[in-house]
Amino acid sequence: MLEVRNLHATVAGTEILKGINLSVKPGQVHAIMGPNGSGKSTLAAVLAGRDEYEVTEGTVSFNGQDLLDLEPEERAREGVFLAFQYPVEIPGVNNAYLLKAALNEIRKHRGESELDAMDFMAFVKERMNVLQIDQELMKRPVNEGFSGGEKKRNEIFQMAVLEPKLAIMDETDSGLDIDAMKIVSNGVNAMRSPQRSIVVVTHYQRLLNYIVPDFVHVLSGGRIVKSGGKELALELEAKGYGWIDGVAEPVGA
Amino acid sequence: MTQVSSSTAYADVFDEVQRDFSGPGRIAELQRRAFEQFSLVGIPTTKVEEWRFTNVSPIAQTTFQRPMRTSASTSEIQPFVTNDVDEVAHTLVFINGAYAESLSSIAGLEDGVVVSSLAAALTSSTDAEVIETHFGSAADISAAFTAFNTALSTDGVFIRVPKNVVVAAAVRLLFITTSAHGDVATMTHPRVLVVAGENSQLRLVESYVGTGSTGYLTNTVVEVISEANAVVDHYKVVRESSTGNHIGSMYVRLGRAANFSSHAITLDGGIVRNDVHALLDGEGVTCTLNGLYIANGKRLVDNHTTIHHAQPHCRSYELYKGILDDEAHAVFNGKIIVAIDAQKTDAKQTNKALLLSEDALINTKPELEIFADDVKCTHGATVGQLDADALFYLRARGLGLEQARSVLVHAFASDLLNRIGIESVRNQLNELLLAQLPNSGGGVVYDHG
Repeated sequence: MLEVRNLHATVAGTEILKGINLSVKPGQVHAIMGPNGSGKSTLAAVLAGRDEYEVTEGTVSFNGQDLLDLEPEERAREGVFLAFQYPVEIPGVNNAYLLKAALNEIRKHRGESELDAMDFMAFVKERMNVLQIDQELMKRPVNEGFSGGEKKRNEIFQMAVLEPKLAIMDETDSGLDIDAMKIVSNGVNAMRSPQRSIVVVTHYQRLLNYIVPDFVHVLSGGRIVKSGGKELALELEAKGYGWIDGVAEPVGA
Repeated sequence: MTQVSSSTAYADVFDEVQRDFSGPGRIAELQRRAFEQFSLVGIPTTKVEEWRFTNVSPIAQTTFQRPMRTSASTSEIQPFVTNDVDEVAHTLVFINGAYAESLSSIAGLEDGVVVSSLAAALTSSTDAEVIETHFGSAADISAAFTAFNTALSTDGVFIRVPKNVVVAAAVRLLFITTSAHGDVATMTHPRVLVVAGENSQLRLVESYVGTGSTGYLTNTVVEVISEANAVVDHYKVVRESSTGNHIGSMYVRLGRAANFSSHAITLDGGIVRNDVHALLDGEGVTCTLNGLYIANGKRLVDNHTTIHHAQPHCRSYELYKGILDDEAHAVFNGKIIVAIDAQKTDAKQTNKALLLSEDALINTKPELEIFADDVKCTHGATVGQLDADALFYLRARGLGLEQARSVLVHAFASDLLNRIGIESVRNQLNELLLAQLPNSGGGVVYDHG
């Protein structure tokens, strides 16, 4: 599914990622953990195609395609989804409109017919229930005036509708209370399938009680310094990051 | 062109107009004074403060003629008439400045309401009396283009709404300029007078379109006299040809507790200037002036507003939004005068411009002249590009770059369009706006709340 090889990336001349290697197979859930400033969000942004980041070395292959060669929208249409750490507020664009436009772009790319307004509502209804998205939220401008929990639920709801092959969740748990975290986790768990891969980027172990990963990686100083199974997350929760060899000073957000 | 040549260039036209126009003595006298004033000052240059950023030398350098042709083929104007005319509105159509009765429809007006061509209204003695009282009472002929209009206007619209009457259907005025004759540059000077009596209500839409490819000038003066407690909602849509120039001056005088709103939407035209002068002449007035301007190419759009708080406890709200691409140039100048007695004034002014190109330019300037001491006046201007975070967010969901840009531009404008209270006008403008945006995908769902 995803093969990251020796990935180096800089922002404004500062190197943030210093040789990431990561292999994600279909059906796997990988957690990427690490202290603040270790490069977690940068990795997520580079995979989604944010152009402030310059890839200086390395390759990323997605189902055999050179991911770094694709525009952000092409990546999305190929099945890469980034759940944003800070979902952007877009006044004047309504939530349902964005989601319908996004879904139809992806459907077109897959060679499927576009959905009209009625088919679209039927298509999203069940997913709205799972993530407790009400009709009112669909009519509101994208993320504008949403609470922190609503924003994150909305991200996962979009993910559920767009059915990506690879979902990258960037600190989806930050700012969530326990109830919202359960809703979000239910949404994510409902999507787990042998064909879909999920990369969960998080600072805390807590989310991983609900979304149980197959692999856990510790990112520090722009490198993956330790990898293990789900028990590694518990160890980090108990001992912090300091005990791992190679945990470096922060290099950036 | 010098000032002297303006007057000589138009002296013959003025004589002709004087022969054609048979208004009451006071109006004829006003026309003479207006022509003298225009002859004296001529078309303004950028040395005149009010025109500092707005170079109208293309207008000064052209000698415009009165249109020879005042009729048009159905095929020429039908697209505009059908698109612009709502079945539940009273509609007055003007072709090259002349009232086209056969294209107009006024039906089922409430008792005592007058909606008429100005020239026709002058033939009725009761209407002529009202017109004589109010014509030129709000407009200021010391302004060159207002003088130009006052001197040379031969027709326009007169609307009178008596006390306590609500005009249910909107009144729509459609001014069409066609290619008149060959490549001769023509001018029209539409004149609109609205007298809204105490407690009355009126919705008025002015639309200007051009069908030709020759240069022309539309120079309008609109006067709105709103008496106590009257509610007038005004909309103006400018879609002149890209070779056409539009200078519009609106003068509004508002009596006690009157409520006036205006939305000026500029979508096309070579040089477009929208002036609004509002005199808040009674206590408790609410005046809202909003505008949306969209320009590309080398077009120039200027919105100048003056809100004069002359009495206490009045509120004024202004929101202007602009979208500029290519080498377009926009000017926004918002003057707010608060007289010494106008205590408890609440005035808010905002201008927001979106620059889609590095070569687009905006000059934005608030001008506050406050003589009272217990007032609340705020103003703000923002000039910016599309939000990079929002663009990335949309692209990360699968929308292409062009579509994402269009969605954001439309979202920026829709905030203003959603304030338009006449559904058919709002829908039409939404369609026109979408047509102007490349690859917007159509079918945008708006937030009407």
